[in-house]
Amino acid sequence: MNAPDNPDAILDIHDMTVAYDRRPVLFNIDLTLSEPGLVAIVGPNGAGKSTMIKAVMGLVPITSGHATAWSRPVDEQVRRIGYVPQRESVDWAFPINVLDTVLMGTYGELGWFRRPKAKHRQRALDCLKRVGMQDFARRQIGQLSGGQQQRVFLARALAQEAELYFMDEPMAGVDAATERIIFDLLQSLRDSGRTIVVVHHDLRTVREYFDDVVLLNVRIVASGPVATTFTADNLQKTYGGRLSILDTMAEAVQSQRESE
Amino acid sequence: MLTQTTLVLLGTVLLGITAGLVGTFAYLRRRALAGDVIAHSALPGLCFAFLITESRSVTVLLTGALVTGVAGAFLMSVLRRVSRLREDAILGTVLSIAYGLGIALTRSIQNEYRNEQGADLESFIIGRAATMLTGDMIQIAIASLACSITVLLLYKEFKLLSFDESFCRVQGWPATRLDLLLMFLTAVTVIVGLPAVGVVLTAALLIIPSAAARFWTDRLSQMMIVAAVIGGLAGAVGTGLSARLDQMPTGPLIVLSAAGMFLASWLFAPKHGRLWNRGLDDADVAASVAEVLPSDVSPEASS
Repeated sequence: MNAPDNPDAILDIHDMTVAYDRRPVLFNIDLTLSEPGLVAIVGPNGAGKSTMIKAVMGLVPITSGHATAWSRPVDEQVRRIGYVPQRESVDWAFPINVLDTVLMGTYGELGWFRRPKAKHRQRALDCLKRVGMQDFARRQIGQLSGGQQQRVFLARALAQEAELYFMDEPMAGVDAATERIIFDLLQSLRDSGRTIVVVHHDLRTVREYFDDVVLLNVRIVASGPVATTFTADNLQKTYGGRLSILDTMAEAVQSQRESE
Repeated sequence: MLTQTTLVLLGTVLLGITAGLVGTFAYLRRRALAGDVIAHSALPGLCFAFLITESRSVTVLLTGALVTGVAGAFLMSVLRRVSRLREDAILGTVLSIAYGLGIALTRSIQNEYRNEQGADLESFIIGRAATMLTGDMIQIAIASLACSITVLLLYKEFKLLSFDESFCRVQGWPATRLDLLLMFLTAVTVIVGLPAVGVVLTAALLIIPSAAARFWTDRLSQMMIVAAVIGGLAGAVGTGLSARLDQMPTGPLIVLSAAGMFLASWLFAPKHGRLWNRGLDDADVAASVAEVLPSDVSPEASS
């Protein structure tokens, strides 16, 4: 294991390359997060946004390079890392109710063979309350709407009581009201010293909600504070010739500027 | 002292319970057909074990069966990785080749050892529990009990793996090894089912009770209990019928009993039974539930 470049970093990704069938989907990713914050990863489809967080967490193999969290390999820090996968990644017809799903967040801490106790149940209920889903605790998860399912996944991540969270499109397919609930929650997590890395697809809300942004298109085009990084120029470099998208973005950036 | 019939009955009930418990996870992991591949791949192993050891001990034969059964499952997962064949094509290919080989071997062994007692390898094809020896029965019972206990001990871990494998990995669980263990438990359950239910039908005992149980409940723990009860009942009813009806093998009767319970569950189960949900499929039910959700907590329910 190489020595970490930045010993104080919450997350330090060094020269990370990921390839499928010898075709790189991520190339030479260098990223260091030193301060707690709310970080958006944005980029066009196929830019490797999801792959980037999956590679860091060890869900897809890294071809070269490495990732550390608090100066240790990520797989030695699993108890401090939380995850919200894409909603489509699981079978919602699975025979499980909302409370039991959230309880899965406590499994890592429980360890082998031990079953959740009353205090874990209480914690799961508290987490459900924080996402406004306490009235649904006994419901089968398939009977929920998309936005409610997304909030159950968030509650499960909260139950992990982690310090660093990776979230894969938690705002996909949710309406404006749910998006508001989710962002309030993410900001309160950030305010209590957590770092949340969010794969995000909606360029219009980046300025409003995030502290930092990573512009990704196989390589990292730019990363840093939203105010200085989320510029029309950088977006142009990230999205390249995709003009229609670019126009929308330019407008979005423009309207943000005007409203500030 | 237990009579032979009582002993066989206890054995098949225990087998049914194990198949229900292990089968629930096989069903949820969409591995139901993998059980079928394991069962069919087991037949050549039975024959090899007999040819190598000349033993008629069921335990020896089943050990051989386990080796090729697991090899069949392994071959399947290798083919899935290295070939571009679709899953159903791989399953069908491995299963048929193994079965063809198994039948050819069984037939030639049967011809060679025509006049000798025992070694009735053909009884493993559709199952004939009644001819089993007490000692073999006890060893089979121990193996199924061990499978059941393992599944109950690792309930939480298998539940997490089956629902969300990547979340399982991120929490630091050895997901690949857990998955292999689950596959191995499936294989052992299938193999110990061979003497009673046979190569052709053992997979049904894995699938039918858990599929039937899904109609009764929306919770995994209850689903496992219902599947175990249905599996155990099927074992008891099938063995009982087989003892009364001359010349009827146990395997088909056990599977038909399970199928009867599946049909009853599909029709009459309180929540998801067809009789109470006429003309509705699951998506319709989910949609109608979403519509009646209170709008203050469910702003997106109308979508």
